[in-house]
Amino acid sequence: MTTPDNYGYLVEFDNVDDLLAGAETVRDAGFTRWDAHTPFVVHGLDRAMGIKPTKLPFLVLFGGAVGLAGGVALQWWTNAVNYPYQISGKPLFSLPANIPVAFETTILVAAIMALVGMLGLNRLPQLYHPLFNSSRFRKATDDRFFISIEAADPIFDAEATRELLEGLDGRLSLEEVQS
Amino acid sequence: MSIRTADLSYLNNTTDDPVSRPPLVLGGRTFGDVTNTVCGIVENPRTPPLWYVFFGLSLSLLGVLGAMIAYLIFTGIGVWGLQSPVGWGWAIVNFVFWVGIGHAGTLISAILFLLRQKWRTSINRFAEAMTIFAVACAGIFPAIHVGRVWVVYWLFPIPNQMSMWPNFRSPLLWDVFAVSTYATVSLLFWYMGMIPDLATIRDRAKHPIRKIAYGILSLGWRSSNRHWHRFESAYLLLAALATPLVLSVHSVVSFDFAVSIIPGWHTTIFPPYFVAGAIFSGFAMVVTLIIPTRAIFKLEEIITLRHLENMAKIMLATGMMVGLAYSTEFFMAWYSGNAYEGFTFLNRGFGPYAWAYWIMVSCNVIVPQLFWVKKFRTNVVLLWIASILINVGMWFERFVIVVSSLSRDFLPSSWGYYSPTFVDVLTFVGSFGLFFTLFLLFLRLGPMIGMAEVKGVMPEAHHGRAAHGDYHGDVPTDHDGQIPVKAKREVVQ
Repeated sequence: MTTPDNYGYLVEFDNVDDLLAGAETVRDAGFTRWDAHTPFVVHGLDRAMGIKPTKLPFLVLFGGAVGLAGGVALQWWTNAVNYPYQISGKPLFSLPANIPVAFETTILVAAIMALVGMLGLNRLPQLYHPLFNSSRFRKATDDRFFISIEAADPIFDAEATRELLEGLDGRLSLEEVQS
Repeated sequence: MSIRTADLSYLNNTTDDPVSRPPLVLGGRTFGDVTNTVCGIVENPRTPPLWYVFFGLSLSLLGVLGAMIAYLIFTGIGVWGLQSPVGWGWAIVNFVFWVGIGHAGTLISAILFLLRQKWRTSINRFAEAMTIFAVACAGIFPAIHVGRVWVVYWLFPIPNQMSMWPNFRSPLLWDVFAVSTYATVSLLFWYMGMIPDLATIRDRAKHPIRKIAYGILSLGWRSSNRHWHRFESAYLLLAALATPLVLSVHSVVSFDFAVSIIPGWHTTIFPPYFVAGAIFSGFAMVVTLIIPTRAIFKLEEIITLRHLENMAKIMLATGMMVGLAYSTEFFMAWYSGNAYEGFTFLNRGFGPYAWAYWIMVSCNVIVPQLFWVKKFRTNVVLLWIASILINVGMWFERFVIVVSSLSRDFLPSSWGYYSPTFVDVLTFVGSFGLFFTLFLLFLRLGPMIGMAEVKGVMPEAHHGRAAHGDYHGDVPTDHDGQIPVKAKREVVQ
């Protein structure tokens, strides 16, 4: 029942309560390819949408481990293997002297992983998105709250989904977004 | 736009009421008002005239910095006042001074975030920007101090035809890694936090160049909650990573001194002492900058008196820590029974650099005592003057540490007295030009207040269903004491 040139529906709210109630309705209806758009982090929305925890922390842990191993290996290989030289009788490789640099590389790689991982999992940068075709959607970074349902969702039905969304409390507008 | 009355007493939100938390944003503002206020600064076609005055001045000082660096590179390190026995002079003092200032931003964004201090949201973006610009100023000094600037890349482990590597057993190299990691992570943190706000500016932009520029910078952010979910996770992780990092950076800076054997430097108190001093000076610089900024751009309802008072309290606490460190140093110099240590500290207090020592003590220990009194903490003019004095005092602290120890160490025959040359002075003054140029550009072009975060701590951001446990129990009131309609509904439920 979907029209191929449509991205889906976009519903607008002006407060957090109506958004959360709407999100719960959409979640319970069984949609999977849908999203909420808010100008700031709304607490409780993850639960209202049924979002599973992200795996980002594991990526960051991995990044930290790589940074630590890399930092230790770098110091060992450069100062004790590739170009060993004596400085005031200190051992060529001794962990205490190598802790600060290993610590910094751990943090560095983990932090880069946090940003790059977040963007990667979010598929950003993505400079074009069909939702940007909606002029109302510009308020999503200001003071309005939106729910979007994609026409590509398996249970999307142009009529039934519209009816479901029309029934949401506090709805300011309902729009069909061109893809 | 917002409710503005002739009576400005509502701007004072420093009174504690046990029943409700004081609001963090005043004037009965809506989300849209926050957007308009913050974006309005960036979008206003007419820049405040004062901005041009400051910008012209900063740009001139930046020119002075460039000229002094060029003169130094073409002539040599001899243009500075360095000579035996004082081989580290103003350059290192300035480096430590600027790195220290650069600590407040990450402290506010990371540590106060982990401690759930919501008031940070109004000032964190501002302080993070200040951090990055301060670290940029700091980075210049060691780089030009190496003498042969064209081989400064030898500091980094870059494979080269000589098959030579840096010496990882040297604290100076640890410092390279600490400061460059800190600069990188602060930049990531700052930029990531700014993405949603850059998207706000993008969505309001009219001019095509603005649309494209902010469009690219905001990476196509579409406020998706699936994105916010990972964004929040990344923010928390970055805060958790930046917290030990910020504490490590000034510790590593202090190792530059503490790992040597010079009397007055060779001491285990240095890492915590330096970190406390860094936070102290960083907050002082935030206060120095934020007071004129909030007045010029009329941000008193977002950066409230309570924010300033909180910063004054932090300055009082860290100032006391620094004072404790000063007295501990004296105690240990006596208690250790080491003749050289004992002499060094008597020399600091009563020797040829006693004037610097007592400037340091007056500015860093005596001035913050004002902040025990609430009247002084909430007096904006006094706070501003005190913050400048603290900055002066913290510069002198580093001067005392670096110069007094080096000028009189073990052998009286090699003692000397160090004086800077005009190149030293103008390079330091010029570094303020770099700092303020970057800072003023940011004020004009970037979102200086984290809009998304400020909106998130406003009462309307929390849904009314207290039973779900996410509501934080604040009963918001207007400045005239009326509970807004929406809040009434929340209370009834």
